[in-house]
Amino acid sequence: MAVLAVITNPSIDAVLRDPRIWRGSANDHEVAFVPSGHAGLDAALPHRGWTQGAMTEILFGVDGIGELDLVLPALARLTQAQRHVVLVAPPYLPYAPALAARDIDLGYLHCVETSSDIEALWAAEQCLRSGVCSAVLCWPRQASERALRRLQVAAEFGNALGFAFRAARAAANPSPAATRVEVRAEEGTRLRILKCRGANPPARSIPLRPVVAYIR
Amino acid sequence: MTMLWAALLLPQLGLDALMRNSPDAGANLQNLALISCDQARPTIVDAMPAVRATGVRRGHTLAAAHALCPQLKTLPHDPAQEQKLRELLAGWAYGYSSHVSLREEEAILVEIGGSLKLFGPWPRMEQRWRAELNALGISHRLAVAPTALGALALARAQDGVFVGNPATLRQALDALPIAHARIDALAAEALRGMGLSRLREVCALPRAGLVRRFGAALADHLDRLCGAAPDPLPLHRPPDRFHARMEFDHEIESSEALRFPLRRLIDDLCAFLTSRDGGVQQLELVFEHDPLQFKQLAPTRIAIGLQSPQRDARTLLDLCALRLQAGTIPAPVRALAVVAAQLPPFVPLARDLFDEPRGAQLDWPQLADRLRSRLGSETVYALETADDPRPERAWRKRVAASNPASARKLGPRPSWLLRRPQPLRGEPRRILAGPERIEAGWWDGGDLRRDYYVIETREGQRAWAFRGIGGEEPWLLHGWFA
Repeated sequence: MAVLAVITNPSIDAVLRDPRIWRGSANDHEVAFVPSGHAGLDAALPHRGWTQGAMTEILFGVDGIGELDLVLPALARLTQAQRHVVLVAPPYLPYAPALAARDIDLGYLHCVETSSDIEALWAAEQCLRSGVCSAVLCWPRQASERALRRLQVAAEFGNALGFAFRAARAAANPSPAATRVEVRAEEGTRLRILKCRGANPPARSIPLRPVVAYIR
Repeated sequence: MTMLWAALLLPQLGLDALMRNSPDAGANLQNLALISCDQARPTIVDAMPAVRATGVRRGHTLAAAHALCPQLKTLPHDPAQEQKLRELLAGWAYGYSSHVSLREEEAILVEIGGSLKLFGPWPRMEQRWRAELNALGISHRLAVAPTALGALALARAQDGVFVGNPATLRQALDALPIAHARIDALAAEALRGMGLSRLREVCALPRAGLVRRFGAALADHLDRLCGAAPDPLPLHRPPDRFHARMEFDHEIESSEALRFPLRRLIDDLCAFLTSRDGGVQQLELVFEHDPLQFKQLAPTRIAIGLQSPQRDARTLLDLCALRLQAGTIPAPVRALAVVAAQLPPFVPLARDLFDEPRGAQLDWPQLADRLRSRLGSETVYALETADDPRPERAWRKRVAASNPASARKLGPRPSWLLRRPQPLRGEPRRILAGPERIEAGWWDGGDLRRDYYVIETREGQRAWAFRGIGGEEPWLLHGWFA
């Protein structure tokens, strides 16, 4: 009630309407999102999931530490809703039996092969921009900030979830992506949110994959 | 239902055909005239308005025309090109009526009595026609009457006449000069010699005398003109394939400059497709090179395949333009043709009424076509599982509408598979699962016997690796649990 009273106070109201005033939580309800499927991560992200219409950067050091696990639950949710998901130039063969076992509807998961990084960026931009794809995953190797900005604009235009998987050393460079998450293998796999639009990134890292002695 | 014919008179089809093919329409064609090229003494066939204003007329010799209009430029008249354009227009008109006739050389006759309910009333339909014809770059005159010949005569007299009633047709025709009625030239000359100039005077002549003097043909023609006798017209049937070609007067080297003629041809293709309610799934662009300069160079053919039939001009043009950027045309281009041999029925994609339109408004087949057209036809695919115990064969590229294998209960499988197993660097830190023995393939020669493990490497990576049965062979990495 106290908050309500403040907002209805006419003098404060006039101040808040001033376009020079920026409020961090102003547009919370307008941002569409897709739950990531990881409770700890959802709780830490300002929109409780991956932001739609924006790029998300996933920075990882080495293969096989859970970098794809991070997005698979969201992809499962999207493909089951019969929305198209595109993997542009994946570094390895996406293995159909494993993906099917993770509840992904393979009929809505498409792969695009390219012969160069430039073609891959072009294809990713086309997919993001088209408005057809609900999520587009790409692995740009040497992406300039300009190229990433193009992807960000395309994702906004097509209202798609864009995921760029990049090497961990890119964390030091600035990026136009709305969200940046670093995946690290240390005592199992842990996530660190480097940047999230609309809030300050939490300082604590989030466990993604527990340390296991033996599976099943 | 009374028949109602619209005559679409094409007063300068030859010039229209030329102008449509030139990118800077108008500017350098202002002083242009078409000359017949089959005679020893070429004469003017048609001329631009600016030239006609100086007094140049059809039938003038070249010398006379040059005397009247010193800056005159001439080009040979190409009847084949004109015929192509007439057929294209017939196809366009076929979108409005199934009764389209090309019997008269200078006009296209369209029965619209049955179409007014859908497209009418006539003023609205007329407005739409004129807009579409202007977009196609066709100068035209329109008139409507209960008989085809009547409509044609009225169109020649005045643009935009509408006579809806057989009773008033006679009245409208009476005032017309004989020349507009398409009466046989000899008979017209004789009638003029008799001092008759209007149709009213000819129709008032006693019929028996008219037949005796000019034969039954003239009387019959007048009957058909006024609607007293039926006028059976041969009807146009749209062809089953599309072929349009455009020749340039100079060589085009840049793909950017090819965009204009390409757009013209694609627009024509789409008009054709719309009129027959079809789509196109396979089309071919044929770039012809200069036959003198590049003797042994065959025309460059670019085939464009689509995932589903399309007829949207922008989509098709985008696809073609993408191929032009990527594809290499080895030599300058002298002529361009668009060929579509198969025209499957077109089924528009149903969209949800309340879907919020976002993005570029494509659908998946369109996007896939766009990607394939630049990256290659094999580059875009979906996956499916296959019923084979061997890891390398437990997946395949999805062929349209195949039945995926039923999900089989498997051990842990990695989300990334290496196309070829590689030696594992270093020893695993620990084993997380396994062994899972896969021993299969003895039936087709692709025999394999492996023990698979989920391992953790020293960097904390989770990998899928195997060793040959026996346990002492080196580790081979086959996938990542990414």
